[in-house]
Amino acid sequence: MTKSIFSAGSTLTRRTALKGIAAGATLIASPYVLRAAEGGTIKLGAPFHRTGIGASYGRWYERVAQAAVKLINEGGGINGKQIEMIVEDDGTDPKRGTEVIEKFATEYKVDAIFGHLFSHVVAAAGSRAGELKVPYLVCSEGHQLASGALNRYTFQPGITDVKSQVSSMAPWVAKNLGKKVTMIFPDYAFGHDHRDYFSAAIKAQGGEISALIPIPPTESSFTRYFPQIPSETEVIYHVMVGPAVLTFVKELGDHFGSTRPQIFGFIDSLEAVDLATPQLDYLEGTYFWEAYPRYAQANQTAFDKFYREKVGVDQNGASTSDPKDISTYSHMFSVWETLFVIKQAMEMAKYQGPDQKKDFIVALESLEKFPESNEHPQGEKIFNGKTHQVFGKQNISKVENTKLTVVHTTSIEDGMYEPEVDYTKMDL
Amino acid sequence: MGLGPYLFLAILEGLVQASVLTVTAVGLSLVFGVMRVVNVAHGEFFMLGAVFAWFVSNLLPDHPALGFIAALIAAPALVGAMAYASDRLILKRLNYDPEATIVATIGLLYVFQQSALIFFGPDARAVEPPFYFKIRFPWFGYDGYKLFIILAAILLMLGIWFLVKKTRIGLLMRATQLDRETAQAFGINVDNVSAYVFALGAMLAAVAAVLVVPIQQAHYLMGLDPLLLSFIVVIIGGLGSIQGTVVAAILIGLSDGILSVFFSPTLAKMVSTLLVALVLVVRPHGLFGKAER
Repeated sequence: MTKSIFSAGSTLTRRTALKGIAAGATLIASPYVLRAAEGGTIKLGAPFHRTGIGASYGRWYERVAQAAVKLINEGGGINGKQIEMIVEDDGTDPKRGTEVIEKFATEYKVDAIFGHLFSHVVAAAGSRAGELKVPYLVCSEGHQLASGALNRYTFQPGITDVKSQVSSMAPWVAKNLGKKVTMIFPDYAFGHDHRDYFSAAIKAQGGEISALIPIPPTESSFTRYFPQIPSETEVIYHVMVGPAVLTFVKELGDHFGSTRPQIFGFIDSLEAVDLATPQLDYLEGTYFWEAYPRYAQANQTAFDKFYREKVGVDQNGASTSDPKDISTYSHMFSVWETLFVIKQAMEMAKYQGPDQKKDFIVALESLEKFPESNEHPQGEKIFNGKTHQVFGKQNISKVENTKLTVVHTTSIEDGMYEPEVDYTKMDL
Repeated sequence: MGLGPYLFLAILEGLVQASVLTVTAVGLSLVFGVMRVVNVAHGEFFMLGAVFAWFVSNLLPDHPALGFIAALIAAPALVGAMAYASDRLILKRLNYDPEATIVATIGLLYVFQQSALIFFGPDARAVEPPFYFKIRFPWFGYDGYKLFIILAAILLMLGIWFLVKKTRIGLLMRATQLDRETAQAFGINVDNVSAYVFALGAMLAAVAAVLVVPIQQAHYLMGLDPLLLSFIVVIIGGLGSIQGTVVAAILIGLSDGILSVFFSPTLAKMVSTLLVALVLVVRPHGLFGKAER
């Protein structure tokens, strides 16, 4: 006898069915009832990457957001209203990310959405946020916003974009490491930003690109790509987000041995990864971009001390409750700073509720400078209201004794470029 | 780098991939052959093998070799026990109905994957190889451990061949595969055979993962790739045929290795998928599979 679960002949009576529906409806409705009863809050939607390939980042983005919201609420909230943060998991997936935006806008009716990171999710979700006319503040690094590909409702006030990052560092790379560069980058939007803007920036320094090696984002083995690195290469530039970075570094070590070119990488690959892992030995003496130094430096500011304490991160960039739980230090500050930008703009607009969304957008666009402070611990920043993009200082760090030591800090001006779009001319 | 060394590297890489793939896919093939169950959760058993390997080797942090050997024993044992329990609690109760078990194993896939996320976390975790031995060829360096993977896979396959063809357990398995009802009539407890085969299939995936984890990392989403490749291999080789699976795994592993070194990994994936389509059209029962009677 074969019994299929599809033809299960269970006895579902009218009564049990009605009971079930009633219970389900109550369950769905209850959070809404609770929220309505509270009243008088600023509702912020937080679509974090709790699962999927961005989960290491998502976990820390959520922790930082909790810490910042707590701090703001303890200080009296925004315009006397407490912040209510509603977190939804987007699975690091563009489709799910877009659905979550719709849920925030139509069901929760939030005042703003913040915290999206992965560029392919931002690309999909950003357009939808614009259509739904809900303020959408990303913490993503992608250049797509400043290039004009998104809309008036999308902002990036917490972290510098890739184009600015790479053009500010190219002069240092050309001068100190070498002019013939082979780039290894992930084969999607974020990697293409690196490919296009770093190539242009190094050429402007009189350098050249020896080879471009795109890698599919889910790749797990890299030995097969290394023969494509030309022997005249002076610098290997690597940027790869994904769990396979340890394999990449180890196989690079196997392939080159002691006679390696200079290596310059983006810390993105090694966020949430302990540099003292044996597989990463080969990185000793190589260089990394860091937006915000993971290891507290000798000249640590009082603002950095304050921020580390509030988000629960020690001097090595690990969780204070578990030294093996490494933070995504070079990115997660953008969540912190974005929340304080939201606060600043809402206070300027005397924001009371969703009717004043337009005032909030205009206030955001009027911002120009953020001084280095507890609210902006990564450093001072310049905001461009036309491109909706912020600019800050970048750091180049060297791996020494499995720690990162800053060897060069760029100025903000090093990374400035001509605006490519003016969002303020678009309709609100 | 000249063409010769380039090809040499490509073949080495292909063989490593083929080895891991063979061990994983034979597990899937055994389960299908004997039980007629399409195990969609097979990749998650692979992932669990890697995760347990990380956990076990972390208990012996100062002795990577001992930790690895412990992982090689403990991880497959744990995964096998979980598979055995899954069979007894779920698959058996569905009477191994083909459609129902597909849905059930999809469910298992998510249960295992999300449990790994909850208990193990989202980060990729490295496991130290049992030994560090770099082979320096004149043109490039190569990790000696990767050659060990090839050797281990050959030994494992010899073991499986011996088990299936030369032992009483293998005889019971083959009898069940040939005709479940007749086997039962001859007094074979086919339900027991099914449970052990399901556990064995999962253990093979787990062993493959333990072998590969020192050169990859344990990550909760790592099960998808081996699952897809195993299905490709099993379809090309012929569902339920172990020889076919081994031949197809070497074919796919090598073609993937060589094509992705010389051209691009995307092309390699396209070729594998095209091969599947071709086999399904020309020889629907696979290279070595027998047509349904």
